[in-house]
This record gives sequence, structure tokens and C-alpha cells, in this order.
Amino acid sequence: MQRIKQTAIRIYGWLELRLQLEAPVKDAALHSVPRNTASWWYVFGSAAFTLLFLQIFTGILLALVYVPAAGEAWNSLNILNHQIPLGWFLRAMHGWGSNFMVAIVLIHMAQVFLFGAYKFPRELTWIAGVFLLLMTLGMAFTGQVLRFDQDAYWGLGIGASILSRVPFIGGGLVHLLLGGPIIAGATLSRFFALHVFVIPGTMLLFVFLHVWMVLKLGINEWPMPGRLVRRTTYIEEYHRQAHEDGIPFVPGAFWKDLTFSGAVLAAVAVCAFVFGPFGPGGQPDPAIIQTVPKPDFFFLWIYTILSYLPPSMETPFILIAPLLGIAFLLALPFWAAEGEKSWHRRPVALLAVSTIAVCWGVLTHLGTTTPWSPHMSAWSSDPIPPHYLQIATPLVRQGAVVFQAKQCRNCHSIGGAGGERGPALDEVATRMTIDQMRFKVVTGGGNMPAYGKNLSPAEVEVLVSFLETLHPANEPPAYDASRRTIETSQADDGATTRTNRNATP
Amino acid sequence: MSYVEQVPSKQAPEVVSASGAVAAESHAGTRTVSRRWLLFNAAIALNGIVGVALAVPIVRYLLAPWRRDSSYDSWVSLGATDAFPVGETRLAFYKNPSSNPWDGQTDNVACYVRRESSDQFRVFAVNCAHLGCPVRWFPQSQLFMCPCHGGVYYADGSRASGPPERGLFTYIWKIASGQLHIDAGQMPTLSNTAKLVKISIGQGDCLCSG
Repeated sequence: MQRIKQTAIRIYGWLELRLQLEAPVKDAALHSVPRNTASWWYVFGSAAFTLLFLQIFTGILLALVYVPAAGEAWNSLNILNHQIPLGWFLRAMHGWGSNFMVAIVLIHMAQVFLFGAYKFPRELTWIAGVFLLLMTLGMAFTGQVLRFDQDAYWGLGIGASILSRVPFIGGGLVHLLLGGPIIAGATLSRFFALHVFVIPGTMLLFVFLHVWMVLKLGINEWPMPGRLVRRTTYIEEYHRQAHEDGIPFVPGAFWKDLTFSGAVLAAVAVCAFVFGPFGPGGQPDPAIIQTVPKPDFFFLWIYTILSYLPPSMETPFILIAPLLGIAFLLALPFWAAEGEKSWHRRPVALLAVSTIAVCWGVLTHLGTTTPWSPHMSAWSSDPIPPHYLQIATPLVRQGAVVFQAKQCRNCHSIGGAGGERGPALDEVATRMTIDQMRFKVVTGGGNMPAYGKNLSPAEVEVLVSFLETLHPANEPPAYDASRRTIETSQADDGATTRTNRNATP
Repeated sequence: MSYVEQVPSKQAPEVVSASGAVAAESHAGTRTVSRRWLLFNAAIALNGIVGVALAVPIVRYLLAPWRRDSSYDSWVSLGATDAFPVGETRLAFYKNPSSNPWDGQTDNVACYVRRESSDQFRVFAVNCAHLGCPVRWFPQSQLFMCPCHGGVYYADGSRASGPPERGLFTYIWKIASGQLHIDAGQMPTLSNTAKLVKISIGQGDCLCSG
């Protein structure tokens, strides 16, 4: 036993003489940090770091099997899922690891923003962090492309369509993105290179710089209301605090980082085990157009914005807004390098973060339900509830047939089933008179196509007869008052004529 | 180590900068003192020149896909015109003209052919003019609907509703020896369809045929 111990010490000594790592590692581990930073709020950065290495590790394991060729990628993913023992689990770990990583990076960013950590002298740490966020999102998108299925294929199409809107050089940029004129083998090869070499390599470099600066400048102290950052005094104040009321980073603060990272890894593994891998969905065959492409979870909010923007705003918005957002994030530490760090005294910062979080949540929720998309199969799969037709005349029943057959149902729901693009029609007769409905069906308007050319007059008549029956039992259909007057006077005229006729002989 | 030598030589001109002659002399002195400085700078210059020389082919290689539309597009056949009944809109397929053996199914491109009369066709891209999702044709209501953001088009390809700013992208077509040909080769987007006009001999809606 003694001999083994001595041998180990000798080997360590041999290595240390050559590597000389002991001193820098000790420096990094034992450097003094302010006591109040040993907090559960300070664990997200290290968790993101851990997840990056989980992604690299699981990614390498997947690359042992994955074939980055357009003709084979989809098959190799299915072999990973179904034939390689626990291949599904590794895919699930990588997929869930990616979701967790995006989430943790965003939480980390919100936390350092609210704690004022971007202020002097940590401006560059923040800027490196902004690039790390962009690269994390870049990894999420390129990773979605490597899962080469229908969503990946059409997602690339959306990317190409967005780039094509760039003035003058849009066409060339599309060619560069796709590696050629269409989404094909060259596209997958270049996204593989981006996902596996270019972005991770750059990320490692930026992570190194980011962590280096955290070690050299010290972790951001817990912000206290009223303690302002001044360029002239801050560094001295920070060092005084770190040394007078400080603890060594290891183990004082590090045990929380370690615990949280372990918990996150366990959460990824549990999600992977319970929910399984993501896809692949349908095969990436552009000839199969019966598909409803959707981006991955973290891009759903963009999907929602793209459907709600007015057409005239779209190109300027999708080309300019991201640049403005990135420019704002990069400029923030220079614009507000000094002053108050505490969120107690920064209402605008708090409001901005909560507004963005609420907007993101709402947009993502809308992205999961996609109320703007027609339900492509509603016309043939959602029947009209029977009680709507129980006492219907043949004319009304024929109208219901037209309603289904002409795909009205794809955009309008009845009885809670059908598209949500247009309004639900369960009570449409209380909102519109029969003439208004006839006009709307024939000429369209707003988001509704005009059906004038596609419906015969007879079809229009039966359709509006059906729509006129769609009102609650205790509420009559809307009617046009002037129309009623005319009908009444016509009836009166008729009666008078009849009376006269009776009187004449 | 070279830093130690260089520090005094850098400071020297400041100290004696009162007279130009002296400054020039001290510059000459700097050059004679640090031969290493000269060699070092020559080495940097050499690497700079080599770097630029290498960058040119690398950039050219990276920009290789950035080509003119005409180098990607060519006429492809969609099959005999008899396959398309008058008054109907049918899905047709073609193999993209520029393809690689490892493209798999991805070079199998779909388009919609509408035969308006015996000798008039309209050929639409399946890609929505909004963001490129595949639109679906509903013959009952004579509409194209997009599953992504709800763009809708009429049978003639014009915009009916939703976020698209324009109608469906169309291909230029011609009939040659009983076959319907279209000028294709790229994913249709807003940046290239405006330029998808090519003059060539034959029937169809190309400019030359009037």
C-alpha cells in the first residue's frame, strides 16, 4: 500500500515538473470570492459550461454512427433510434441537452443582466457571452438541420426565403446557405461542418475567454442597492470586499455549482429516458408535400412573429430587428458601464426582462397551437355536430355539405373542431345578416379568399341558408331592419292589391 | 527578450525629438541596433503575403456556390402534355438539373401544372411566396393553402389572403415534341424569381413568343 502511494506521488511529481499546472489550478480554485456570491443564483454559468461538454461528448458519440449525407442521414438516425443498443438514449440526451442548454444560457443571461454583472470592468465578459448565446442558438438551428427530416428540410426553406429578402445579394446568400441552388446534399454537408467543427470550435474559444475573464476579474459581487459602480474606485472596492469578506471559491461556492450541474445532468437524463429522442419525422423528400413543417421549441416565437407581421413590415422587420437586438446587447455594457447594479433600483431593467419573458411565453404558446394555420384535413375529418342538423331542411343540409366540401372548415371551426384562421362560426348568424354572409362568401375580404368564382349561385344560396341556422336557440339571427321594412311594405302592397282586386268586381 | 532591447529604442526618439536631424540619426541608430527587429518584421511581412496569397483561393472556394442563376437553370421535362387534363391542376415532379449522386430524395422537386387550355399552361412552384413552405392544392374550393402561416392563393396563382406579398412563383414553360418543359434549377425565392425570364425558341410564355 505504502509502495503504491509512493509510486503515485513520484508519478505526480514527474508530471508536475513538466506540466507545472499545480500553481495555476490552485490559484483558480482557491481565489477569494465575496462571501455573498456563494449563492444558488450564481450556478447557471457553470451549468451551461457543463452542458456544453455534455453536448460535445454525446455529439461525438452520435457522430460514430450518423452519416452526414443527404441520401443517408435520415436512415442512419432511424438505425440509431431502433437498431443500435441505446442509440435512442444518446440521441435523446443530445436533443434534451440542447433544449436545457438554450434554457440555461437564457436564464444565465437574464440573471447576470439583473445583477448588473455587465458593468465595468466586465464589459467584455458580457460581450463574449452575447456571442456565446448567438452560437448556442446557431447550434440549436444547425442541429435541427442535421436531424434531416421534413421539418429540417422545410425549415431550411424558411431560412433561405428569409435570406432571399436581403437586397441585392439575397440570391447569392441563398446559394451560400444551401451550398447550391436547392436544398440537397451540399446543404447538409455544410451544416454538418458548421455544427460539428466551426461553431463548437469558436464556442470553445469564447468559453475559454469568458471563464478566463471571470477568474481574472472576479465573480460579480452580490449587488447592494445604493452601492454604485465607479470606474475609478470599483476594482479597489471589489478586492477589498473579496478579501475582507471572502471565501475560497473551492469549496465555499463551488459545491453549489457542482450540485446544480449534477442535478441538471440528471434532469437531462430523466427527460431523455422518459420522453425519448426528437424525431426524425418524415423523410426529407420534397415531393411529399403533405407536411406541416414546424421549427423546434426555441424558434417557435419567431414562427409566430412571422405569421402575425403585416406583409409590408415583414422584410424590414426580419432583416433589421435581429441586427438591432444584437447591437443593443453589444452596446449595453458601454452605455451603462457605471452606476446602480441592484435590480431594486433598476425598474426599467426588471420591466424589460419580465416583458420579454411574458412576450416570449405568449408567442411560444401561440407557436404550439398555430391558430393562423389552416387545418389541412379538417374538411374531411371533422364532422358537423349532429345536433346542428337535427331539424334542418334539405336546403340547409345541402349547405352543410357545401360547407365541408369547399374546405370552409379548414379555417373556420364549428363545435370546437376545425381551423382557427377565421372566426368560429357556431353563432355567425347572430353577427351577420344573410346578405352580409352572401357578400362575404362571394367577395372575401380581410383574411378570407373570395369564393365568387369557385361556388355556383346555387351553392352560395345553400351555404348561407346553412350559416343562417347557426345561432343559439334563444337568440334570433341578425336581420337587416331596412330589409324587413321593405318586406313588410311589399307584404302590405300585396295585401292592398289583393283587396283592390277583390273590390274591383 | 527582444522587448527589453526595444524599449529604449522606442523611447529614444521622444527624448531627442527637439531636433529633426537628431531624430533621424536616432532612427538610423535603431535600425542598426535591432537587426532582430528587422528580421522579425520581415518574417511578419512574409507571413502576411503568404496569408493573402492563401486567402484568395480559400475565399474563392468558399464562394463557389455563389453563381449566376443562369448557370443553375436549364430546361427540364415534366412529361407528355397529355398527362395534364385541360382545366385541372396536377402535381408534377422533376429531377433537379444540377444534382449529386449523394443527394438522395432531395433533388426530386415538385411543382403544380395547371392546363388552362389545350396549348396554355401555368406552372407554379410548390413553395409559398411567403417563406417557402409547400402549399397544398384543394380542387374542391380551387385554392392553394399553405400549412405554415396560412397563405392562400387562387387557382391562377394570385394571392387570396394571408401573409404572402405576392402570388405563387411561376416557372417559364415551353412545349417541345409533345413534352412540357420548364426552366428550373433553383429553389424559388423572392431573390431569383424576378429574374427567371429567359429568351429561347419555342412555344410558351417566354418573352419571345409574345
